[in-house]
Amino acid sequence: MKKRWISLFVENEVGVLAKIAGLFSGKSYNLQSLTVGETEDPTVSRMTISLIGDDVTFEQIKKQLNRSVGIIKVIDFTDTPIHMKEILFIKVKGCSHVEKEEVFRIAQVFGIQVTDYGKNSILLESTQTENRNNDVIHLLNQSFSGRLEVVRGGSVAVEAISIQER
Amino acid sequence: MNQIKGTDLLVKALKEEGVDLLFGYPGGQAIDLFNSLYGQNDIEVVLPRHEQALVHAADGYARSTGKVGVCMVTSGPGATNLVTGIATANYDSVPLVCITGQVPTNLIGNDAFQEVDIVGITRSICKHSVTVRDREDLGRIIKEAFYIARTGKPGPVVIDIPKDIQQAYGSDEYPSQVNIRSYKPSTGVHEGQLKKAVKILNASKRPVFLLGGGVKIAHAQEAMTKLAQQTQVPVITTIMGKGAIPTDHPLYVGNIGIHGNYASNTAISQCDVLFSIGTRFNDRITGKISEFAKNASIIHIDIDTASISRNIVVDIPIVADANVAITKMLEYTKPLDTKDWLASIQTWKDSYPIQMNRYPGLNPEKIICQINDMFPDAIVSTDVGQNQLWATQFLSLSGKKQLLTSGGLGTMGYGLPAAIGAKLGNPSQPVIAISGDGGFQMNLQELATAICMELPVIICILNNSWLGNVRQWQEMFFDKRYSATCLRYRRGCIHDCKNPDKCCPPYTPDFVKLAESYGALGIRVEREEDLKAAFAAAGKETKRPTVIEFLIDPEANVSPMVPTGKPLSEMVMDC
Repeated sequence: MKKRWISLFVENEVGVLAKIAGLFSGKSYNLQSLTVGETEDPTVSRMTISLIGDDVTFEQIKKQLNRSVGIIKVIDFTDTPIHMKEILFIKVKGCSHVEKEEVFRIAQVFGIQVTDYGKNSILLESTQTENRNNDVIHLLNQSFSGRLEVVRGGSVAVEAISIQER
Repeated sequence: MNQIKGTDLLVKALKEEGVDLLFGYPGGQAIDLFNSLYGQNDIEVVLPRHEQALVHAADGYARSTGKVGVCMVTSGPGATNLVTGIATANYDSVPLVCITGQVPTNLIGNDAFQEVDIVGITRSICKHSVTVRDREDLGRIIKEAFYIARTGKPGPVVIDIPKDIQQAYGSDEYPSQVNIRSYKPSTGVHEGQLKKAVKILNASKRPVFLLGGGVKIAHAQEAMTKLAQQTQVPVITTIMGKGAIPTDHPLYVGNIGIHGNYASNTAISQCDVLFSIGTRFNDRITGKISEFAKNASIIHIDIDTASISRNIVVDIPIVADANVAITKMLEYTKPLDTKDWLASIQTWKDSYPIQMNRYPGLNPEKIICQINDMFPDAIVSTDVGQNQLWATQFLSLSGKKQLLTSGGLGTMGYGLPAAIGAKLGNPSQPVIAISGDGGFQMNLQELATAICMELPVIICILNNSWLGNVRQWQEMFFDKRYSATCLRYRRGCIHDCKNPDKCCPPYTPDFVKLAESYGALGIRVEREEDLKAAFAAAGKETKRPTVIEFLIDPEANVSPMVPTGKPLSEMVMDC
């Protein structure tokens, strides 16, 4: 079992997202995250999907996606140089003055933006890799367990510009 | 530009697609569709008596003619009644276009009367499904639907048309070209892979061809027969592939699988090269997967990439249409020295033939062999269960003769409506439905359709008064706990009845009287001697169906059998 990444080009039409989500649930494939948005061509949407699976299942998933009407192209990002970011909001609630200072320090160290601020709470916005965001959540959970509100956007990814082009 | 209604464009489109017959059932949201079909002579509208049977009839029509079957029904229950038939067609790669009426676009999502999200419901059981949301998209969507249904791995396509789109005026143009960027079925074949495969085949000592339904869908029977002859490699088929080469061909071994014959299953277990074409390696054919063709290099040709290395990991995958690949192979292949191998297979065939001698008198083997003798050109549909398994064991197939069966989904109630569709598509060929007493009752209302359409189909009901296949399993694996399988059961019966005999309550319905009440010919056959006369009488009918009820041994079983989870080499010979 291994973490995999797929980028999909799909028709920007009603039902395509449902089709892909249904394919994963109907065939018991383990979908971890899925993001979707319009591309430079408004008739095409692009999805970034992460999942965990063995080699055989993953090959089957790619084939199943490829044969679906509505899916234009399937790209396997698992071993491709890519740039990938995920947006993460964390609201830390019920903070004392000292705790707020600690949150600010963490934000500074991890390069996280403080987006909003109240008497007892702080809202952090982190746009980093999924792994780095996992670390941030893990760290804050140690001191602020039960006082966090976490909203994750799922990763978006794009191929790196190749060395020849640089 | 001429402005016409959506429904008129649909009728124009159907004509341009060459549709001369469709299966329809009207209703509130389809009334405009049917109105546009009224008073024209190019497309005949057949009215089955239930939408499930309707889609099976379209399926039987499509399988037997190779054309796209067209269904037209209303929204809500009309659409949901298609579901089983769409899934049946999807599993067996049958090209259908199913048009459903839908509530007007402004009511979609309102839980309006007879509104269902049929596109959502069918998404996982069809090749493509789409709601028309703009009148100007209608022509393109219909064009694409027919193209998607019949190309690549064929399958059913659902077009949902809201009532306001049906009524709206718009362009009368029906496109002549299709260009779908998200659907590009493969057409060629990778010659390098094919040559590699042939090289492995040529080096083998104990090769077999394993052929599935894909060979028949691709109309590759002729090329395949040549290929078998040219290479002298024995041919084994799945249920869906039976008939891929004539069953009386000396190189034909038989069906593989849980009810396949001993020679086929043994040959698969002992072969050194398994050359498979157009099969999915379904669990019904592989038995215990880790033991399947354990010592063989496996080559797999299929039009569907997703069918390759899914259940069985293959050594040489080839994505191609079966006919294209087989025809190409005829250029490279040479005769192999398979004499010893063929002799071994022949010994297995002779030692363990499939036969039903243990059931004296009238038995399914004799009934099906009678069909073989008297109707060499018949199209035979089956229901699902023992009747289907016996048909796939004993039916001979060559020339124009065809077998239509729900192999993938295993849908009871398929036999009669599929026969009706087949007869409508092939009026000059005899059409015979082989059904059980259970499956027949799932769509018996279609006797009315056969009467009204003047179709002399012959319906054989193998009546054992049980849901026989499940009963067989209960007998073999559940200590004869016959739970809900006896069709003679009445509330007054004892609950742990393990040995039904002649004092059972009478069977209901009386199939002969039932047939007669529809205006069909009804015949009951209880003795072997009466078989021939019954079929002869049925064969004389020209305008009405015949129902022949055969009273067979209630406890006749399908043998041999590979129990679930066992390898193909461990067959129970006498069940």
